[in-house]
Amino acid sequence: MTGQLERTYEVARRSFVRAWRQPATVIPSITFPLMLLAVNAAGLNSATKIPGFPTDSYISFALAVPFLQGAIFALLNSGTDLARDAETGFLQRLALSPLSGSALLAGTLGGVLAIAILQTVTYLGVGLAAGAEFEAGLAGIPILFALALTIQFAFGCIGTYFALRVPSAEAMQSMFPVFFIFLFFSSGSLPRDLIAQDWFRTIATINPVSYLIEGIRSLFITGIDGEALGLAFGISIALGAIFLSAAAVALRSRLVRT
Amino acid sequence: MSEGAKRAIEVEGLVKEFKKGPRAVDGIDLHVDEGEIYGFLGPNGAGKSTTVLMLTTLLPPTGGIARVGGFDIATSGGKVRELIGAALQEAALDPYLSGSEHMRLQTALHGVPKPERKALGAELLERVGLSEAADRTVRGYSGGMKRRLDLALALVHSPRILFLDEPTTGLDPQSRSALWAEVERLSREDGMTVFLTTQYLEEADALADRVGIIDQGKIVAEGTPDALKAEIGEATVEAIPSDPEQRGRLVEVLCRFSDADGELGGDERNGAVAVRLAKGNDGLAGVIRALDGEGISLSHLQLHEPTLDDVFLEKTGRKLEGAGDDEEDGEGAPA
Amino acid sequence: MNARSRSVAGAVAWRSVHNFLTNPALFFPAVIFPLFFFAAFAGGLSNIGNVPGFDYPNGYTAFQFGFVLLQAAAFGGVFTGFGIAADFESGFGRRMMLAAPNRLAIIAGYSAAALVRAGIISALLFGIALLVGMDLSAGAADLVAMIVLALLVNLAAGLWGAGIALRFRSLQAGPLMQTPVFLVLFLAPVYVPLDLLTSWIHTVASINPITPIIEAVRSLIAGEPEYVGIAFLIGIVLTLLFGLWAVRGMHKAEAAGG
Repeated sequence: MTGQLERTYEVARRSFVRAWRQPATVIPSITFPLMLLAVNAAGLNSATKIPGFPTDSYISFALAVPFLQGAIFALLNSGTDLARDAETGFLQRLALSPLSGSALLAGTLGGVLAIAILQTVTYLGVGLAAGAEFEAGLAGIPILFALALTIQFAFGCIGTYFALRVPSAEAMQSMFPVFFIFLFFSSGSLPRDLIAQDWFRTIATINPVSYLIEGIRSLFITGIDGEALGLAFGISIALGAIFLSAAAVALRSRLVRT
Repeated sequence: MSEGAKRAIEVEGLVKEFKKGPRAVDGIDLHVDEGEIYGFLGPNGAGKSTTVLMLTTLLPPTGGIARVGGFDIATSGGKVRELIGAALQEAALDPYLSGSEHMRLQTALHGVPKPERKALGAELLERVGLSEAADRTVRGYSGGMKRRLDLALALVHSPRILFLDEPTTGLDPQSRSALWAEVERLSREDGMTVFLTTQYLEEADALADRVGIIDQGKIVAEGTPDALKAEIGEATVEAIPSDPEQRGRLVEVLCRFSDADGELGGDERNGAVAVRLAKGNDGLAGVIRALDGEGISLSHLQLHEPTLDDVFLEKTGRKLEGAGDDEEDGEGAPA
Repeated sequence: MNARSRSVAGAVAWRSVHNFLTNPALFFPAVIFPLFFFAAFAGGLSNIGNVPGFDYPNGYTAFQFGFVLLQAAAFGGVFTGFGIAADFESGFGRRMMLAAPNRLAIIAGYSAAALVRAGIISALLFGIALLVGMDLSAGAADLVAMIVLALLVNLAAGLWGAGIALRFRSLQAGPLMQTPVFLVLFLAPVYVPLDLLTSWIHTVASINPITPIIEAVRSLIAGEPEYVGIAFLIGIVLTLLFGLWAVRGMHKAEAAGG
C-alpha cells in the first residue's frame, strides 16, 4: 500500500511539474478567465439595475465564473497531457511498471488539484482586490477552497475519461469549445430567475454547471447558503464519481496488461 | 537445471489476430536461451512489434503459449513484468522532464529503495553517456540521446530479459554503434538476455547470436546468421572482361572454380559473368591467379557474400529491404 | 494585378473556399460558433434590455445581432490567419511561393476566400436572426452598408492574422492572432450601449476603433444610420494599415525562404 501511495505521489509530482513547465498552457488558464471577468464585469455592471438583481456589485456576482473556466482549462490541459502520454507510448512505459491503474488516476488528478489551488488563490485574491465582496467571511474561505477543488476534481475526471477514450492531444484541444458551451448556457451572466427567454432559462436550469456557479457565487453574494452549497457539492461529487468510474474502465482498455 | 529452465523465452504457436485485418502474428514458434542476443528481423508490418507487445504483456495473444522467464505471459503478466525491461518502438519519454527526473520517476515506480534511487539513476545515466545532459529536459535531446535514456530507463530494475523494439531506427551511424556496443556489453558482461527486433540486416548480423526472420506474421527462417547464410550457398564472383571478345574464355576459367551449377548469369549487355565459388571466399585467390595466367584482363571484379537479405529473398521471393513499404501496417497497438 | 497574379489569387482562393465547404471540421465550427454566441448573448441576456436607460428601438435581439455579425466577421478573418499559418508550417506555403511570381497575389487569394466565407456566414446569421423574429428596420441600402462594414472588418482582421502568420509561419502564433482581436471586440459596447458603460470600460470603449463600427451597424439595423461615415473610414484605414502589415509579413516570409 505504501508502495502505491509513493507511486501516486511521484505521478502527481510529474503531473504538476509538467504543467508548471508549460507556462503557455498554465498562464492562460489563470489570466484568460480574469481577463473575461474584467471585461464582462465592466460591460455588464448596469445589469445590477435590473429589478430583482441580488447584488449591486456585478463583480461579486460574476466572480464565480472564472472558477468554472479554470476548471475547464484544467480539464483540457490534463486531458491533453494524458492523451499525449497515450500517443507517445509513455502510458506503455507506465504499464510495464508495478504502478496500479488507480494510482495512475489518483496521481494524474493530484497534479490537477495542485494547479487548482493556485488558480483558486489567484481568482479570490484578484477578485477581492478588484472590489468583490465575500459575504461568507472567514468561515467561507475553506468552504470555497473545498468546493473549488471538488469541482476541479470532477472536471479533471471528465478530462481524464475523454483522454483515455480518444487518446489524441489534438482531439482534446478541439473539445475546448464544447465545454465552453456548457458555461455559456448557464446562469453565469444573470441569475436564473432573471433570464427572460424561457428556452434559455430551461437550459440553464437543467445545466449542472449553473448549480456549480451558483454554489460558489452564494459564498460571495449571500453567505453560507446550505441549499446552494449542497447542490454544488452534490453535483460535483456525482460528476466526479461517474467520470472517475468511466475513466477507470477506459484505463483498463488503454493500459492493457495481461 | 532442466533444459526448459535455461530458456529465457519460449513461444509456441503464438497468434495475434486483430478485429479488422489479417493475423498480425500467425502461429510463431521460437525460443531464446538465457544470455543470448536474439535478433528478430523482418520488414515493416511483418509482426515484429506485435510479437514484442505480446511478450512484454502489453497485448494479450489470441492464441498459442509464450513463457518469459518461465512465466506464462497470459496468466502471470505481473511476474513477467518484474523480470523484463523494454525499450519499445517509440522512445516513450516526457519532453518536459529531465533525464534525472525520468530516472526519479522510474526508480520510484519500480520500487527501488528511496536511499538508492539517486545513485542508481546517476549510474545508469553515466553508463549510457547522459551524465552531462541529465538535468536538461528531454525536449532538448537528440534522437540518439532519447534512445539511450529509453534504454537506461529499461534497466532500472536490473531486468534479466531486455526487449528492444527497433532501437536504432532513425539514428545516425555513430549513435547506432554506441547503442550496439552497450547492448553487447549487457549481454556479454551482465549475462542479460536480449530480444531485439530490427529491419536492418547489418544490425542483426552484427549483434545477434541467433536470428529469426519473420514475414507476414510467420517465421520463415531461424538460426545463427552464418548458418542461415550458408544455407544459401557460398560467395559468388562477378567479373567483366576489359575486352568483350574474351567473355567466352572468362566463362570457361570461372566455371573451373564454381560449383556444379556453373555460370549464374550476369548482365550480358556489359559482358558480365557471375558464378558461385565452390570454395567460397577462399577460391578468389585461385580465380585471380588463373585469370592472370590466361592473360584475361578485367574491368570489374566483385565478390558477393550471401546476406540475410539473400536468405529472405530465398525464403519469400522478395528482398527484405523495401519489402515492408507496400505492406499495410499490421504492427499493433491494441484496438 | 496582371493576369498571372489574378490566376494565382484565384487558385489560392478556390482552394481555401473548397476546403472550407468540403471539410466539416472547418465548416461547422465557423458556422455554429457565431450562432452559438448569438443564442447565448441574445437569449441569455435579453433582460438587459430592461436596464433603465436602454433605449435601443429594435429590442435586445437586434442589438446583439449587430455585435455578433461583426464578431463572426472578425473571427472569420483570424481563421484566415490560422489557415495561412498551417499552410506555411506544413511547407505548402513554400510551394505557393514557388509558383507565384508576385507573392502578394497569395495574400489577395486568401483575403478573397475570407470574404466569400464571411459572406456565407453573414447570410446564414441573417437568416437565423430573421427566423427567430429579429426586428429589422433596415432598408436595402442600410443592409448593403452593414454587409460591406462586416466584410471590411473581416478583411482587416484577416490581414492582421495574415501578417502574424507570415511572420511566425506556425500555428503556435494562433493566440497572438486571436487575443488582440478578442480584446478589441470585447472592450467595446458588447452588452449595453456606450452610454450605459461606466468607469474604465467606458473610457476604453470610447477610444476603441471598433466601437463606431458596432454602433453604425446597430443604427443601420434600426433604420436610423449614425456614425456610418466614420465607421467606413475606420474600416478602410484599418484594412490599409493591416494590408501593409501583411505585405511586410510576406516579405519576411520570402526572406526566410517560406
